[in-house]
Amino acid sequence: MKLLRELMFPLIAVLAAFVLGAIMVLIVGDSPIQTYALLFSSALSWPDGIGYTLFYATPLIFTGLAVLVAFRGGLLNIGAEGQLYVAAFATAWTAIVFANLTAWVLLPLCFLAAIVAGGVWGAIPGLLKARFGSHEVINTIMLNFVAVALVSYLTQYHYKAPGDPIMETTTIGAGAHIARLGRFIPGFPERIPLNLTFVFALLACLLVYLFLWRTTWGYEIRATGSNPSAAEYGGISIRRQMVLAMAVSGALAGMVGVNEVLGYRYRYYDGFSANYGFTGIAVALLGRNHPVGVLLAALLFGMMIRGGIFVDAFTNHVSKDLVDVLQGIVILFVAAEAMFRGPFAQYGLLKRSKV
Amino acid sequence: MLELRNITKRFGDVLANDQVNITVAPGTIHAIVGENGAGKSTAMRIAYGFYTADSGEILIDGTVCPIATPHDAIARGVGMVHQHFMLVGPMTVAENIVLGAEPGSALALDRAKASADIRRLSDEFKLAVDPDAIVDTLSVGQQQRVELLKALYRRARLLILDEPTAVLTPREVEEFFAILRSMRTQGKTVVIITHKLSEVLAISDEVTVMRDGRSVRRLQTKDTNAAELAHLMVGREVLLRVDKPEATVGTTKLSVRNLLVKGPGAIARLDRVSFDVRAGEIVGIAGVEGNGQTELIEALAGLTPPSQLSGEVRLDGQDITRLGARIRRELGVAHIPEDRHRRGLLLEFDLAENSILGVHYRKPAVAYAGGIFLDNPAIRRHAAGIIDAFDVRPANPDLSARALSGGNQQKLIVGREFDLRPTLLLVSQPTRGVDIGAIEFIHRKLIALRDSGCAVLLVSAELEEVTSLSDRVLVIHAGRIVGEVDPTIATVEQIGLLMTRGH
Repeated sequence: MKLLRELMFPLIAVLAAFVLGAIMVLIVGDSPIQTYALLFSSALSWPDGIGYTLFYATPLIFTGLAVLVAFRGGLLNIGAEGQLYVAAFATAWTAIVFANLTAWVLLPLCFLAAIVAGGVWGAIPGLLKARFGSHEVINTIMLNFVAVALVSYLTQYHYKAPGDPIMETTTIGAGAHIARLGRFIPGFPERIPLNLTFVFALLACLLVYLFLWRTTWGYEIRATGSNPSAAEYGGISIRRQMVLAMAVSGALAGMVGVNEVLGYRYRYYDGFSANYGFTGIAVALLGRNHPVGVLLAALLFGMMIRGGIFVDAFTNHVSKDLVDVLQGIVILFVAAEAMFRGPFAQYGLLKRSKV
Repeated sequence: MLELRNITKRFGDVLANDQVNITVAPGTIHAIVGENGAGKSTAMRIAYGFYTADSGEILIDGTVCPIATPHDAIARGVGMVHQHFMLVGPMTVAENIVLGAEPGSALALDRAKASADIRRLSDEFKLAVDPDAIVDTLSVGQQQRVELLKALYRRARLLILDEPTAVLTPREVEEFFAILRSMRTQGKTVVIITHKLSEVLAISDEVTVMRDGRSVRRLQTKDTNAAELAHLMVGREVLLRVDKPEATVGTTKLSVRNLLVKGPGAIARLDRVSFDVRAGEIVGIAGVEGNGQTELIEALAGLTPPSQLSGEVRLDGQDITRLGARIRRELGVAHIPEDRHRRGLLLEFDLAENSILGVHYRKPAVAYAGGIFLDNPAIRRHAAGIIDAFDVRPANPDLSARALSGGNQQKLIVGREFDLRPTLLLVSQPTRGVDIGAIEFIHRKLIALRDSGCAVLLVSAELEEVTSLSDRVLVIHAGRIVGEVDPTIATVEQIGLLMTRGH
């Protein structure tokens, strides 16, 4: 019952977005049924459709979880984009510099590099807020610019192969490669970049759930997010929670770098992120800031990204911008939820006014 | 004048008003009493067009009127003053009053006319409000009169006042009642929502008692008394007086010396306060709200940044002045905060999670000391124990704290803090917004805790609560303790004078 109610508004939002999207497809002069059929069949075909859908969903699961953890702590992390860039570069750097190490040492080291780099990049705005009270939204946005410029600089002037016209680093050591799922699944080709990071993403959903709802640390983060005054009253250091929540958030965003560098391109490729950090906000919002919801929302968005490419290529008029429009409408509807819940919202206000 | 007939209003699963009937005779002061959540405010908000009833009729001057918005109500001569004022602080009284009904053309506000109109109204009802004063510079009592003027300016013939005395000092209450009486002689009708029985008896001509969303009885005030009204409100016999045995006082638990708390702008909100609280006694702090009580309790609970305070606080001889809230809790300091929504509860969390706030990192919330994994079955048992011992209803640990009534939220907090087995209890406004039945319960629990040897420091805006519960009363005024009185001897007038004048 409770689950149904939680799922209802996101479902309505998604359905409404597809209905509005259908109208737009009609207006530009294509058949909505054919367009959607194309979108879903290309996103769910075996093995390529499913493989790529899950591959596209992987970074969104991590960024969605990142936004979720910060949000539960009462913070808006708009900086997952910057955190994942820094982390991706850090893991590539580690895998290049220590390329000779054996995989058993190198792989954990590369993971650590991504998590620590993302975590530190996330913790900075947390620290600034705890120490000076400066708003994390401003600081995370600003740090996005810093991160992008920093890793571009490092790539261009220090880690690019001589003569390479593309903004990318040299390749990483083979010991740092993460196995693609094709190696384990018969009939699933290894050319599809879906790799073990997806399994880690599923694991991360579980771990984030356990962390937030089953540990004292998570309790403190959620208490701070829910009511900082009450948390303080309960002997919780709300400054410490700000830093902790942002560090965990940044570390989760950093795992995108693992997927990208160790599981896909085997090098750092500048500007690789297709706005994963920002789409993570949408994923968390649609997923109602719950790990299960984030997983489902990321899978949906992964499907739309995969399907959008085919819609773009194989319809006469519809471009892949349809997907962006659909995502935008979904978010509008989810954000407007308070409006749908009018009578309940009114009741909530009433209760609050009777202190 | 005003009649509500069979008004029913439902909010989600909650039936807030169930066939409510209220008849207000013209030219009278009509009190509506009931416990919190009895549906008083809802009924009056329906009369004012804030909510629309699911069924039932509103009659004004004997004819059925559809009142869908406050605009309709104002047009019919019904005005309402809310518990929380709706004033624009930096603007003048006159500007506030004419807001939305400005005289003059659309572009130019006729300030002179507005000011003159308001001065005339103010004189007529003896409100003594200066139309040109800035609202922010006015006292709470004066701001309330501005709200009255706002309604009168819109030609209200019937004024609905929602808990008007909650924010006033005893002296201001007297003045306020005088104003209401003068309005009655001028032919206005007044509806006053309250849960204070003494006020009902002092000011009203007629009373409607509400309970559980229903109007249970309409009475002539002169034919009733406090005991009968309390019985009708709660539905059973209520002990209005606190019975307590003589205190057996032990050693000094809390010792405060020259405690000073700076507020914004380095102004001392609490000014070099010194006192002791001993085991087995309740020390009450009497004072008009906003005279440093909040700062005192927060400083003692470890919630004030050390940079903002000076002086010394000792617990059992140990200097705790600079220790944080968590360590103080571990040393046996429990705290029932004045604002349970802001400080005391995590409203979105369930009761089980709320029951471990402050002890969430130690047993029984975690299985073994130093562990970080929450032991959910143990937490639920812990919560169930508190819910059971303190009669929290509904008794469901999975419910969110928001779903509880004010009284039950307060019982949960009291239970949680008592469960710490404190040696010192800091308790602020223990029964604010709590219904009569729960007040009695919480009072008995506080006395029992005292008798078990706990030192209790009590702050309350209800003078009667302070004097009836406390063994000693300290009076606070403008951040200083201005006197100590024996509550068994001192009269309310004596304490009231100390509270308002400081000597």
